[in-house]
Parts: sequence; C-alpha cells; structure tokens
Amino acid sequence: MFDACADPKSIEGLTWAACYLTSGKHIDFYWSFVTVLLLLALTAPAALAMGFAGATAARSRFLPISILGKGYAAIVRGVPDIIFFLFFVIALDQGIEYLKSLAVCEDHAWPWQGLEFRVCPEAKVPLGKSSAFWHQAYGFGLAVFTFAIVFGAFAANVLYGAMNAVPRAQLETAEAYGMSHGQVFRRILVPQMWVYALPGLSNLWMILIKATPLLFLLGVKDIVYWARELGGSKTQAYEYPHPDWRLWYFLGLLVFYLIFTKVSEIVLARLSARLSHGQATAAGEAQRKAAA
Amino acid sequence: MTCWETIQAYAFRSIGLGENLLPRTDFTLCQQVTLIGSGMIWNIYFGVLALAFGFVLAVAVALAKSSPQPMIRKPAEWFVFVFRGSPLFIQFFLAYEALQLLPKAGINVLGITVETAWTTRAWAGALFVLFLNTSAYAAEIFHGALKSIPKGDLEAAEAYGITGWQKFRRIQWPTMLRLAWPAYTNEAIFLFHATTLVFFSGFPAFRQMGDALYYANYFADKTFNPFIPYPIVACYFIALTLIVTGLFALVNRRLNRHLPSNVKSRIRLRPQIIR
Repeated sequence: MFDACADPKSIEGLTWAACYLTSGKHIDFYWSFVTVLLLLALTAPAALAMGFAGATAARSRFLPISILGKGYAAIVRGVPDIIFFLFFVIALDQGIEYLKSLAVCEDHAWPWQGLEFRVCPEAKVPLGKSSAFWHQAYGFGLAVFTFAIVFGAFAANVLYGAMNAVPRAQLETAEAYGMSHGQVFRRILVPQMWVYALPGLSNLWMILIKATPLLFLLGVKDIVYWARELGGSKTQAYEYPHPDWRLWYFLGLLVFYLIFTKVSEIVLARLSARLSHGQATAAGEAQRKAAA
Repeated sequence: MTCWETIQAYAFRSIGLGENLLPRTDFTLCQQVTLIGSGMIWNIYFGVLALAFGFVLAVAVALAKSSPQPMIRKPAEWFVFVFRGSPLFIQFFLAYEALQLLPKAGINVLGITVETAWTTRAWAGALFVLFLNTSAYAAEIFHGALKSIPKGDLEAAEAYGITGWQKFRRIQWPTMLRLAWPAYTNEAIFLFHATTLVFFSGFPAFRQMGDALYYANYFADKTFNPFIPYPIVACYFIALTLIVTGLFALVNRRLNRHLPSNVKSRIRLRPQIIR
C-alpha cells in the first residue's frame, strides 16, 4: 500500500503495524464487513416481504392459503435455525441444478444416485468454468434467500400478531363507510399495524444482526472466515510473521457486533417514539402526558 | 446388520461407547436415526446443565441489576449487554481461542498444578460459554419480572413488618418466578436450539463424538442428500421442544396454583432464535 511497506521484515513499531493493517488481505477483511452489511441490507426487506406475504396468507379466509401461511410460521419456530441454514442451502442448490438439468441436459436420469448428486456439467450452477467471483456471488445469493425464508417466518409471526392487534372498531368503522376488504386492508389495517409490529420487528432485527456470522457456515468468505485466516499464526515464510492472534481478531468482531447492536437499539428506540406519536397506545399516552 | 444391532452398536457412540467406526457406505435409515439420536445426548447435556447453573447466576445478576448501588449494578449491566449484544457464535470462537492461550503444562497454584487441557474441550469450554450466555438472557427476563412486581404487594409486605430477606423470600421471589416463567420457558427452548452451534464453532468434536447436528451434517456430506438427516434432527428437536414445554408447564401450574384460573399466566412460544 505505502512505499515504506516494500520490505516488511526491515520495519518495526508503528510503521509495521500500519503496513500490516493495510496489507492486501486486510483490505479484503475490511471489505467483508461490507459483505455483512450488504447481507443485512438485502435480507431485511426480503424477509419483511416474505413475512408480509405470510401474515396476509395466514389471515386469508380461503382455508388452504391460511393453513399455508400459518404452517410456514409454525414449522420454522420449532426447529433450530442452524439446521434450516444447513438444509436450505444444499436443498436449494440441488433443486436449482435439478430444474436446470431438466432444461439443458440430454438424459433425464434421477440425479440422486447412491452417494452422489449427479447432473450433467452444463447444468451446474454456476458453471464449472465460471470465475471465482460468480461462485462467491452465487453462494451469497443462496445465503440471502435462506436468511429471507427463515426470518420471513419470524416476521410473518410478528406481523400476524400486529394485524390482529389493530382495534376491531377501526376496521368496522371503515366497513361502515362502505370500503371494500381490500380498501380496509390498504387504508386502515396496514398503516396502523406498524406501531404494534415495531417491538417484535426490532427484536428480529437484533437477532438478524447476530445471525450474520452464520454466513461463515454457508461457505461465504465473511468476517469470521477472514478473522480465522488472518489471525492464525504466521511463520517466517510470510511477509508479516506473528504468533496466533485469532483471539484479538475475534475480540475485534465482538466489539463490532456490540457497537452495531447498541447503535441499532438507540435508532430503534427513536423510531418507536416517532411511531407512537399520537397513537392510542400506552406509549403514545405517555408522550401526550409528558408534553401537557 | 439388523436395525437392533445398529442400535446396540451406535446408541451411545456420541459418548464413546460401542462401535468406534462410523458407517462409511450403504447408509441405512436406521443408522441415521440411531446416530443422530445418540448425538442428542450432547444437546441435552449442554442444555440441562447450562440451564441448571445458569438459573442461579441469572437470579444473582438480575438482583444485582436492580441494585441501587452503581458498584453492583454496573458490572451486571455490562455482563448482560456483552452476552446479549454479541452473537453466541463469536462468543464460542473467542472462548475457545482464549482457553487455548492457557499454558499447556497447567497452572501452578500454591504448589498444586492445575490441568488446563480439559478446558478447551467442548464438554467444559462450550458448557461454560452456554452457561454465561443463558445467564445473561435469563437475568434480563428475571430483571424485567422483578420490575413488574405489583407495587401494592411490596407495600402490603412492609405494612405487615416484612422487610429485607424475608420480604424477598416470601413476596418478591415467588412473584418474580411466576411472572418470568413463560418467558423463561422460551429461553430454555432456545437454549436447547443454541446447543447445536457448539460443534460448528470453535470447539472441535473429539474422536467424532459430536452432537445431533454434527452427525446429521456427517450424513449429509457423505450421501449428498440433505433430505433425510436434517428432517431427522428437526423431528428430534420438535420432540425435545414438546418435552421441555411440558415440564415447564408443570412448574408453571405449581407457581400459579393459588390464582383463579382466569388470571393464570399461560406459556406461549414466542419468536427468538439465534443469539
């Protein structure tokens, strides 16, 4: 990075530390924090959308759809999430390759043969000859989808509860004004439910932040991967030899997560105060009394 | 091998008893169910012990957190913040690396050498992390319950001349437990779920003696078929969840036995997953 870093073995002290912390691998490490933030930025809206669809389905008056919506939320809650993460990623990967093999392969043999999952080379996703970037991107995409499915189930549960918490009289009044079911849903129910959903959703956001290290289990080169890689002891063969520093790297990750959750807590508390303003809830009433 | 022989060979494989070699080819459903079930021994071991020790520490931390003295309150607040604010996954890694740094030869305390090698093993190290983690989560629950004890109850106790330790033991403690119990049941369930993380984070499995998910992952890797082992683990965990809910419901009924049926607190599963 800097000219002074050309020969790392000859430098010492602060210069060494500055060179060490800006080495190529460390830059990759810093980028992996962006990966984590990107995962959160993509997963949160996706999970919210899945949750909204699930909650709306669960409220449906058509029984099979209602069962589908409720079943989706119920199954995910009884099982440790890590099992879903391990299961969905392989299952999705194989499902995609199987569907693609139906389209592009000549022989349509059943791919699960004995101890192997075999499809023709053209059906591999991504193709064997694709660059490492595409393999990483595909892995990341699968991870986002898996996170969205699992967290969508939890969001569905929260939103379902929030929809039921909107006072019945509000909906009845809207119906008395002659609004259709769709109009009641769009104009009355959805705008009012957020204040009830917020505590559950903020809890979920905290959980989502703390779930991001699981990316490592899904084979994405995330912060845990780099912390292990960079922290491991380096012999003289490396440019920057050092003993086992993994403890310090993980301590750094711990602090990163602590700061992240603390900042989220503060922002969510403000948002909650904002949303409660003028609402007929205990928090809204407290605000009214404080102002008066 | 018949299924009964498989069960005899592998039922206690996860704690090192029976056949040592794991199956390598021709995996049968019976082998998968038996080995994964054998791994559940570890999940139950971690869950039960962490809950039992954690309960005591959690009550202590909850009381410390409600203390008016900052010297006592601040450390408790920090303890809860650190363990609730960071992922359990990172805590496992950190603890493993920290325990690795202990001198290999043992520590000399007043002439007696204390072995340290066992602390990096999952049965001790991971249990310790789970114990601290569940203590922090449960402390927050108990702290919330302590704060929501009706003011009238405490005033009535003082009017009768019950103060100090007597007031805690006879008024605050039973009410705190009763109010916290539904949330604590959830904490217990999700602690059991969290035990699946042990062998996927820092702590390696010793002689392939792992938990249920470790064996499920072994089969999924070997057969390239996730559709059998993972649903098996899922079924085991759903059964475990039902058992835990049932046991905690019994305690809940005892805690609420003096109340009329319409004000009893019910146990409801609430979403809270990864920690």
